[in-house]
Amino acid sequence: MKARPPTFEKFRDVQAELDKSGAAIFRDGEGVESLVIRFPYSIQYIHSYAEDTPFFLGLAEGQLRGSRCTKKGCGFVYATPRGHCMECGSPTAWIDLPHSGKIHSWTTCHFGSEAFLKETPYNLALVEFTGVGSLLLVRLKDAKESDLYVGMPVEARFDPNPKYSITDIWFVPAG
Amino acid sequence: MPARAKGAKRSKRASPTVRRVRTGASGRRVYMVTGGVTKFAKAHPAMDFRLMVKRAYDYALKGIPNLTPDRIDGTRISYFSDHFTRQLKAASMVQDYLGMNPKGSVRLEWGGATGGECFQAGYEAVASGRMDVCLTAGFETMSRVATWKGNEFIALASDTNYDFPLGGFYTGYYALMVVRHIYEYLRLTRFAHVKDEREAQRLAISEGGRIMSLVSVKNHRNALHNPYAQYPKKLTVQDVLRSEMISYPITREQICTMSDGAAVTVLCTESVAREFTDRPIRVTGVGCGTDTMRLADRPFGKVPLMPHESAKDYSHLPYPGVHSFRAGRAAGLEAYRMAGITDPNRELSFIELHDAYASSEIQTYEDLGLCKYGEGYGFVERGDPFLRGVDYGFPVPNAGTMPVNPSGGLIACGHPVGATGLMQAVFAFWQLQGTIPKHFGDRTLQLAAPKRGAIHSHAGTGSSVTVSILERGFR
Repeated sequence: MKARPPTFEKFRDVQAELDKSGAAIFRDGEGVESLVIRFPYSIQYIHSYAEDTPFFLGLAEGQLRGSRCTKKGCGFVYATPRGHCMECGSPTAWIDLPHSGKIHSWTTCHFGSEAFLKETPYNLALVEFTGVGSLLLVRLKDAKESDLYVGMPVEARFDPNPKYSITDIWFVPAG
Repeated sequence: MPARAKGAKRSKRASPTVRRVRTGASGRRVYMVTGGVTKFAKAHPAMDFRLMVKRAYDYALKGIPNLTPDRIDGTRISYFSDHFTRQLKAASMVQDYLGMNPKGSVRLEWGGATGGECFQAGYEAVASGRMDVCLTAGFETMSRVATWKGNEFIALASDTNYDFPLGGFYTGYYALMVVRHIYEYLRLTRFAHVKDEREAQRLAISEGGRIMSLVSVKNHRNALHNPYAQYPKKLTVQDVLRSEMISYPITREQICTMSDGAAVTVLCTESVAREFTDRPIRVTGVGCGTDTMRLADRPFGKVPLMPHESAKDYSHLPYPGVHSFRAGRAAGLEAYRMAGITDPNRELSFIELHDAYASSEIQTYEDLGLCKYGEGYGFVERGDPFLRGVDYGFPVPNAGTMPVNPSGGLIACGHPVGATGLMQAVFAFWQLQGTIPKHFGDRTLQLAAPKRGAIHSHAGTGSSVTVSILERGFR
């Protein structure tokens, strides 16, 4: 017979035990005992970029593509591409965006989701482009928190070893 | 009137305008008669989600002898994330555990606004005539993964092609929004005289951070009198500012936490309500608004106006941009119109507002018309959203003008997503009934004879928002 898992009164200690042996008992203030186990879960998705494909292929070739509504009289220009216009519902066409813009807003993340914790601190910025109606969310590199401000000119850099992800592009302070 | 000949042109003269006003009268009147909440906690290892809901349900039914389970016609059940439960159809297991089979039920999910949507789904079930008595129940069990994995699950509620891979992190998204809000409403006003652009922005962000901290102090200190709250704390502005920087300029104490918890409400028709309680609370307005999933796609257009605002107030304001929540404005407009509210600041006694971040509480004051756009920071500094009778450690001149989050809100009570909007409904219900002293064992948070309150539930980066209006239904 297997021995009973060890008992703890702090949930933090239960979590530590799970990392070691995979099972623990939590006893609460009223003496109620609960058996707690590890319960792993992982999955590989098969993800198609579908109608967004030209954007991600473009990044890999050093091109930044947005989209423009094809309807006369609308013509809304999107920095983050959309297959159909959110203003009028018409199809959009691919366009090349400039490789430089300005910071519309920004932050420095000192924490992040588990997948990105090891990359902290990192900067996020919403970039605006002249003549374009919407923004693009990007990582902003080569700049400290104290360097950044709304209106700062920035320019694009592309990953020479693309991973077919939005992280294939980032921006840096211009000049 | 002569029939129009086939093919005849329509008269160019506009027909008399009929303004379509939806009112509660278009369906049956809906009343809330009871509610229950579990204490929100970092973890409830001794209760799974079914038992948590059962505890909240038993509390709600306790003390209302006529409200037996056979009187309940069906349920609406909410939880946000299948990732947290790792149990699909968890709502069916709640239905099962409560012994509600084979009555009708459906699961609701709408991001952070899941609980608010669930409440409105219950409202619709009764208003439409489909049910006379509807149980709404919500829960979330966020302790089942580590905090930063939980943040990852939540960030999956951002566009996984364009947003998530950059470092998917909701505090980061809210920081982007408040940095722009501060730019629009502090940099360009209070610090307009500062010539150096960077210096002006630093000063504005510092000022904004200080004012956000006032909101955090308010909500944490209100919660000292709420036994259901997860993190009641006697904080100072300095404590909030010195807590860890999570995503500049938002600090740890300006953010709600992960929680385990459950909440339920019972909604019913007017005649049935009188059988259950002599203190029913009527739901007089429901509203819901939406916006683009991606922050980057938010338009720069015109403000949909509240009755007490005029277009010239905002002639130079690109709206909503990333600084305001158009979905919150739309939800407020719909709910106010239905409830016949034209000036919410005068006509509401209080609001339980979705303060996942201290920043979004300030942004939402403006969206909900408690003050004009740009006045949110001053609204806090004057003390309008603070309570009378609570010690905040600093003078609050206008305390009691428009109490926001008398319960302590999400920042101090916790945010078990699927339960949160229903928790707000329960706290608002007790507030309007005047039964806060009974349920909290402390009368500090009970407002004097409140007539009408609002609950506000908010999802994503503002991609969906609900507002519901509750009114005292007894003399």
